[in-house]
Amino acid sequence: MTQAQLAQGSSPLLAVRDVSVVFGGIIALNGVSFDMHKGAILGLIGPNGAGKTTLFNCLSRLYQPSSGDILMEGASILTRPPHRIAEIGIGRTFQNVALFPNLSVLDNVRVGTHCRSNSDIISDSLRLGWVRRGEAELNKHVHEIVTYLGLDDVAHTIVSGLPFGTQKRVELARALAADPKILLLDEPAGGLNHEEVHVLGDLIKRIRDERHVTVLLVEHHMGLVMSIADHVVALNFGRKLAEGTPAQVQADPDVIKAYLGSKDQ
Amino acid sequence: MSAVEEVTSEAPAVEAVPKRAMTLGYGTSLVVLGLLIIAPMFLKNFFVFQMTMLLIYALAVLALNILTGGSGQFSLGQSAFYAVGAYTSAILMEHMGVNYALTLPIAGIICFGFGFLFGQPALRLSGIYLALATFALAVAMPQLLKLGFFEHWTGGVQGLVVTKPDAPFGLPISQDRWLYYFTLVIAIGIYIASVNLLRSRSGRAFMAIRDNEIAASAMGVDVALYKTLAFGVSAGITGVAGGLGAIAVQFVAPDGYTITLAISLFLGMVVGGVGWLPGSIVGSAFIIFVPNIAEHISKGLSGAVFGVLLFLVIFLVPHGARQVAIVAQQLIGKLKK
Repeated sequence: MTQAQLAQGSSPLLAVRDVSVVFGGIIALNGVSFDMHKGAILGLIGPNGAGKTTLFNCLSRLYQPSSGDILMEGASILTRPPHRIAEIGIGRTFQNVALFPNLSVLDNVRVGTHCRSNSDIISDSLRLGWVRRGEAELNKHVHEIVTYLGLDDVAHTIVSGLPFGTQKRVELARALAADPKILLLDEPAGGLNHEEVHVLGDLIKRIRDERHVTVLLVEHHMGLVMSIADHVVALNFGRKLAEGTPAQVQADPDVIKAYLGSKDQ
Repeated sequence: MSAVEEVTSEAPAVEAVPKRAMTLGYGTSLVVLGLLIIAPMFLKNFFVFQMTMLLIYALAVLALNILTGGSGQFSLGQSAFYAVGAYTSAILMEHMGVNYALTLPIAGIICFGFGFLFGQPALRLSGIYLALATFALAVAMPQLLKLGFFEHWTGGVQGLVVTKPDAPFGLPISQDRWLYYFTLVIAIGIYIASVNLLRSRSGRAFMAIRDNEIAASAMGVDVALYKTLAFGVSAGITGVAGGLGAIAVQFVAPDGYTITLAISLFLGMVVGGVGWLPGSIVGSAFIIFVPNIAEHISKGLSGAVFGVLLFLVIFLVPHGARQVAIVAQQLIGKLKK
């Protein structure tokens, strides 16, 4: 919280500026703007169909906004193809887990370092000296992250056989392997039980503090968002409804109205 | 692709096997290598020739395995790349007097370029649609080779006769044996390079694309680049196999490279186990020897017998030689206890 407030005065790490997305007449996002400051956990909430996932997909460049801009450290990300988002420090996880099911945990995390390493097929085929040294260094880094997330026991296991909660941690490890500046988490609490959500909240906070990552949390689970977010943005019908501290947003009459009747779904 | 998926998920959950999932252990590799080195010394020239073809088709199956098992792209057009490699070697040897060994890297590079370029339009297709596009390539290739325009170089319908090389340095072995060992060295080199490739950053990018394109892209993998690279690598290896094939058979003609060859290679990959590189040689043995066995059983109905044998294999071991290897491994494990 304090970190976020300190940084408040400086320019934002990520700025969403007046972003609109239109799908053939349906306005999925309508002029949404907000800032993400270094070291903060920003919660993005809203009922179903509010535009959370659309916004998320704009950030990871799967959708192209019809208007507006998204700036990472002052530079627009909208000119970059999706595969060149990771290299500027934006990492992500997926709503229903999108791992590489036939690869081991280690290999999944290794793919996460793709944007931070170099190679070509000739050097790789011949296992040249610099490729071997690079792999050795990469393996050290990958093992460190696997240990950090407590995945040592399953490091060599193929991920498709792992429990859902573990797969989510593997996805987190994969995203962290690239040392992102911003971590985009798409409904990380989905499919987890009460206890697991609690553990996840602590983990996200720990990652923010220890690995100096700024977090954007798109989440249905109000309890999680309200307990760990420093700043909350509420969306409804593609518009920004409210923004502020969790307490402010929770007390906002518009937010209460939007959630009424669906709060305990 | 489901074949790979199911086999790997069947593996015991906590054991540390995946690192070797695409290859063999050192012990087994050495035994196979020993057999491949010693066997031809005791065989007649014709069988040595057949073993050379076994290695050559194994290379072509391996190439398809990298494409399909590695990057998840189908191809029924491998015969076209094989043909380009064969003709490149034949033309270079017969028209330009290039040494047979030197024609192989050239064939590989030309086929890499051809495959890489073909991979560009193929990017828009996946699954059965990609299979159909590559099928079209395989159908078109023999006719392109017959074109009068290229006839001076390709020999048109007649094809080209290739001179079989003698053993160098006056070595006292027959042409067939020399060519066998020459092929063996190249095959081992390519096998090791392929294993290295699939275990490297590039190989992980291939497999990431195979498993989940969107996630791969979010990790910074240039999906279009790696898909076309996979096509290039696969075509390049197939081209080297084609060049070796031309030298071994001493003849290239358009009708030697029809869709039947592409389907045979595809069959070899499935029988060997999709995504399992050592299976390539088993698949190759299947497509070379099983038709002969079928002919022994019944001359008139050899096609039907082959069909029945193939059906039995698919029915009993749907994941091919890989499944047999896994079962054998488990049995040995039990015996040791």
